[in-house]
Amino acid sequence: MDLHFTSARASAAERAVIDAALRQVQDDAGGRPRSRRHLALPVLHAVQDNFGWISAGALNYAGERLAVAPADLYGVATFYKLLRTTESPLRIVHVCDDIACLSAGAQQVVAAMEGSGAAWERSPCLGQCDRAPATLVVEAGAQRNPPAAAAPPVIGGSNLRLLRRAGKIDPESLDEYRAHGGYAALRAAFTLGPQRIAGEVDASKLLGRGGAAFPTGRKMAAVAAEPSRPHYLICNADESEPGTFKDRVLLEQDPFAIVEAMTIAAYATGCEYAFIYIRGEYPLAAARVANAIARARAAGLLGDDVMGSGARLEIEVRRGAGAYICGEETALFNSIEGKRGEPRSKPPFPVQSGLFGKPTLVNNVETLANLPLIVLEGGAEFARIGTPGSTGTRLFCLSGAVAKPGLYEVPHGVTLGELIELAGGVPRGRRLQAVLLGGAAGTFVAPDALTMRLTFEDARAARATLGSGVVMLFDETADMVAILRRIAAFFRDESCGQCVPCRIGTVRQAEALRRRDFALVDEIGRAMRDASICGLGQTAANAIESARRNLNVW
Amino acid sequence: MVDLTIDGAPVRVPEGSTILDACTSLGIDTPTLCFLESLTPVNACRVCVVELESSRALVPACARRVEPAMVVTTDSPRVRHSRKMVLEFLASSVDLSTAPDARRYCDRYGADPGRYGAAPETVAQPVKIDNALYVRDYAKCILCYKCVEACGADAQNTFAIAVAGRGFDARISTEYDVPLPDSACVYCGNCIGVCPTGALMFASEHELRRRGEWNEARQTRTDTICSYCGVGCTLTLHVQENAIVKVTSPIENSVTGGHLCVKGRFGFEYVQNRPDDEGAPS
Amino acid sequence: MFGAGGGTSSYEELEHTGVIVLWGSNARETHPIFFHHVLRGIRNGAKLYVIDPRRTSSAQWADGWLGLDVGSDIALANAIGREILAAGLENRAFVDRATSDFEAYRAAVQPYTLEHAEKITGVGTALVRELAHAYARAPRAQLCWTLGVTEHHNAVDSVRALINLALLCGHVGRYGSGVNPLRGQNNVQGGGDMGAIPNKFPGGQDVEDPACIAKFERAWSVTLPRKRGWNLTDMFRAIERGELDTLYVAGENPAQSEADQAHTMQLLRSLKHLIVQDIFLTKTGELAEVVFPATASWCESEGSVTSSERRVQRCRKALDAPGDARDDIAIIAELARRLDRRWPAYTPRLAWDECRSLSPFHAGMSYERLERLGGIQWPCYDEEHPGEQFLHARLWAEPFQGPRAPFAAVEHEPPVEALDERYPLRLTTGRRLDSFNTGVQSGGYTSPLRRGETLDISPQDAQRYGLVDGDRVRVRSRRGSVVVAVRIDPGLRAGLLFTTFHHNDDVATNLLTIDATDPQSGTAEFKACAVRIELPPFDELGATGPAAKQ
Repeated sequence: MDLHFTSARASAAERAVIDAALRQVQDDAGGRPRSRRHLALPVLHAVQDNFGWISAGALNYAGERLAVAPADLYGVATFYKLLRTTESPLRIVHVCDDIACLSAGAQQVVAAMEGSGAAWERSPCLGQCDRAPATLVVEAGAQRNPPAAAAPPVIGGSNLRLLRRAGKIDPESLDEYRAHGGYAALRAAFTLGPQRIAGEVDASKLLGRGGAAFPTGRKMAAVAAEPSRPHYLICNADESEPGTFKDRVLLEQDPFAIVEAMTIAAYATGCEYAFIYIRGEYPLAAARVANAIARARAAGLLGDDVMGSGARLEIEVRRGAGAYICGEETALFNSIEGKRGEPRSKPPFPVQSGLFGKPTLVNNVETLANLPLIVLEGGAEFARIGTPGSTGTRLFCLSGAVAKPGLYEVPHGVTLGELIELAGGVPRGRRLQAVLLGGAAGTFVAPDALTMRLTFEDARAARATLGSGVVMLFDETADMVAILRRIAAFFRDESCGQCVPCRIGTVRQAEALRRRDFALVDEIGRAMRDASICGLGQTAANAIESARRNLNVW
Repeated sequence: MVDLTIDGAPVRVPEGSTILDACTSLGIDTPTLCFLESLTPVNACRVCVVELESSRALVPACARRVEPAMVVTTDSPRVRHSRKMVLEFLASSVDLSTAPDARRYCDRYGADPGRYGAAPETVAQPVKIDNALYVRDYAKCILCYKCVEACGADAQNTFAIAVAGRGFDARISTEYDVPLPDSACVYCGNCIGVCPTGALMFASEHELRRRGEWNEARQTRTDTICSYCGVGCTLTLHVQENAIVKVTSPIENSVTGGHLCVKGRFGFEYVQNRPDDEGAPS
Repeated sequence: MFGAGGGTSSYEELEHTGVIVLWGSNARETHPIFFHHVLRGIRNGAKLYVIDPRRTSSAQWADGWLGLDVGSDIALANAIGREILAAGLENRAFVDRATSDFEAYRAAVQPYTLEHAEKITGVGTALVRELAHAYARAPRAQLCWTLGVTEHHNAVDSVRALINLALLCGHVGRYGSGVNPLRGQNNVQGGGDMGAIPNKFPGGQDVEDPACIAKFERAWSVTLPRKRGWNLTDMFRAIERGELDTLYVAGENPAQSEADQAHTMQLLRSLKHLIVQDIFLTKTGELAEVVFPATASWCESEGSVTSSERRVQRCRKALDAPGDARDDIAIIAELARRLDRRWPAYTPRLAWDECRSLSPFHAGMSYERLERLGGIQWPCYDEEHPGEQFLHARLWAEPFQGPRAPFAAVEHEPPVEALDERYPLRLTTGRRLDSFNTGVQSGGYTSPLRRGETLDISPQDAQRYGLVDGDRVRVRSRRGSVVVAVRIDPGLRAGLLFTTFHHNDDVATNLLTIDATDPQSGTAEFKACAVRIELPPFDELGATGPAAKQ
């Protein structure tokens, strides 16, 4: 390409960081001779991490090395909230003022920050609702500290399966993982062979846990059957739905389990290259997964001959950079490819044309975490747990007005009330006003829904959703109007801006809500649901509409 | 060939056609803003959405390929509602004064941009004039991506502009918003050629409009061949009062696909730099 | 090519080919819309190789850039041919059925091993091998060139060296494969097609062929010369010899566009009569005795032009011309009528229909069809014929028809002016994106890209002479000198300088260039002269004056 750059030059230090980043990252995933733009996000991250912002000179040099035009790369950098294109402090405190934290005193944290003189900014949900109000310190510079390990999360439930090791083993030790049953499933998988694995997953009737509830077995079979090569596997760990933190706990506490699960999924679908795309606000999870991959590779559990089976697999960690929309699978593809995280039109569907236009299996972390269980115990056995329509157990993220916020694993079919009791119920002296199921894109239900069984089918019948497993409680003191406004603001802030209904509709929704023009709110919501490109816009009015339907807010 | 049903009428179109193609073959006038035959559909404006049986959401006619036995509805209340809302969203946030198509659609769907409160957020901003050939007025930009595509992989491959920012803050920008003369821009004018709203305008047209002298009714359009290199690009000369006021190229032309270079687009001045007619538009 | 003077392919075919070779062409800047088709080809998977002494913006899109020394094109082409043969990659069946003189060609390229060629061209052996193999193995391939090949003293040989490669691999006569000269001006192709060259009647018919002569004599009721006339270079030689004393120049500005400007001016001044017909009072016009003000052919009059893909397209009048300006055809016809009353009052359409009656290539192109079809590619033999998308399909026809396509054994010859101690640098010339030739047209608009004339210099030479962007230097050749600002261009290799003649009034580049010309085409060697750089202090005012002859 005949690239043209402004006169801004990178400093020697910036050049060194960019060169080093390009040496470090896997270079052959995309196989694009003319451009290395699929490495854009890792390179921009490296500059951000080391200098706290991306200068015009650094952007020019990155563009030159990646063979991406600077305007194009600037468009990418400005898409992501964690990448900064103006000079910024090296240390910035991100203060969550999203719905769970809003009811838990986020305003006091904000007030404290305002008086402190420290650099800080407001943030959407940081995925730490179990310890609301949450903050995240983002540090840059050569002297930056490694991600700090937080206090272990509250984990609850009976007869834990997905969470059986969480908090009980050293998440950085492959030996401990193996001593607690790790890699037995992969060994079993190699005995079964790809077709029988897919058969067992099909028999398990496992439905995706990321929110869309698509049958996992069908997706795997479709990718496996695609003649075009290569196939890609992506573990979607861009968990950003407000109120959700389950994937973070899995990744932080049991990272080898995800690596093993990805290896099984890749083997079953003919993938030799996989990505795990981890939310930018989860540095500890990213570090632990990277450690797990390195150790697995050193032990022959990844690489050219996995476990002596002849199968090959490399897993690359990709860090998100502050964009809720990248949890949408096609936006995620674009993000990995080094583009703005704008969703693509479907069809074509990812199983035919996904990452780099190739057949791609995308699964949520929790979904994948079920695979070792299915391989070990068989799909039929797995399906005995839960209900016929909703097999297996489910992770629920309890937050808000509940005695013991935390991550709970229960079989499908437990009622909402039972789940809340498991977490200690609403704090003494408080009265439950509402429960938000499934996050900002989910539904509000009133206390009369406590008898609802937590299954896909019951939720659907109640015009609700389990979404990504959010169960957020609000007591009588919560300002529900403020909560709804915050949800509207969340979608306005996180819309990628590509399509008109969402780009402008989310703004107009927030404005109309402020003016209490509910007729217009309804009209806007219908247009966003009908005409938006992707799930973000299509669900941006869900919670607000459900509140109007189920709660007596106004 | 693929058979499908649109608004109850059977239609047969070649494989690979879009719903828009099929609608056009039935004489259905589908509104579009971000669509152009020569560019990859981005289906961002969503004004062309139609109802497709079996699809939960509406689908963009411009990008969705036909499949056998599809049942499409183009004028249902749902379709009309979405189209009207999209147009209201645009009309309430963007200056559409030089976007005749968008305004015509607003009338057709009864869009009322006045109902969004006293001070809805808009993209109003100062006009950018940083070179002699182009004027960029992003207060008129509906973010249809056409200019980015024409500057990029669909034609010119210069990549001087891209969409930057996100959400309502998304906008067309050079790197760090540097002025065009510092950017990679080569002034082919292909972005202007595809702009549907007049956000991008030739300086000549902008100046005439400013002076109140732009008058399309008094303009002639004549196709001829560029006087420069030997490629043979067809130029459409827009002439007002015996002066060329704009140069375009027919989109269906096999040589140009509607695109030109800086010389073809702007290099005509030598035939009208006449000392004796100072008053003529230039 | 093989009797038809035009590119064999259509632009569209560049989008559906496997390998594109751009030879001596910076199409990205000089044929931008043609390059759009190349880019689409690249996006569809084509490999692009660019052969150019400079790493141009075109070369920056290439899978391989072969940065050869100026004027070593034949050596490079022969080395590619030899490598294809050595690797057994030639299309033997095509060579056997459709070509002649292959053995002479094989023998001629034999000495051009990759190693030997590297010494002449400066291009590494691996890159030449890669190109040779890619070109030969591609199911379809396009070879395109521009003035980088033809503005040399051995232009015709260089073109034939390129065509040899297409013959060797059978990359001609099929959809997606061809050999294509990209024309530098909007009607170079059409001018030649209409017989505005010394050796052809309209439609590529030979002026020395008795049958053609008879046909045109019959049509025009005149006796025609039996021998071809002079090309422009021949004319200047004839002026020098005193054999030519009257010149009628229409739409050319030789006072600025010809090589060795000082010498050209001297010859123009020596003429007894100089008539100039142009839309401007050019430098040449200033020397003229009579000036006919003409209309701008592309927007102030009707007519047609022919593009590099042989497409005849209509030009139309959109503006009224100023003052007393008249159409070229009206001026010529009126002048002719003053000399011979039998001439009709030509209109563009009347002239065109006469052309159609005499040129079989154009016979089917009525104005109505040109309008309706938006142009037609020649040959178009009758009004049912759609025109030919590509030429020479006959080379693949069963059974074989017509004459075989001959190989040409051609030898490398260095540029006429060798580098030496006094003139150690190679100056080559070309165009920039926003400008055109002597700037008479392109100077009329304000281009934000235009930064005035510069002498482009490699970073190495800049360092050697202690120069930074904007420094003014005097460039001197054996014929003259100019003062110009330098611009450092990382796309240039050490020893190579580049400039244009877009800004003639400021920097008269053709004071430097050499009028060594190709004996067959008459083209001057604009691409190669020897110069030196002189650093300040010097007399700025001496900038455009002719220097002492060596």
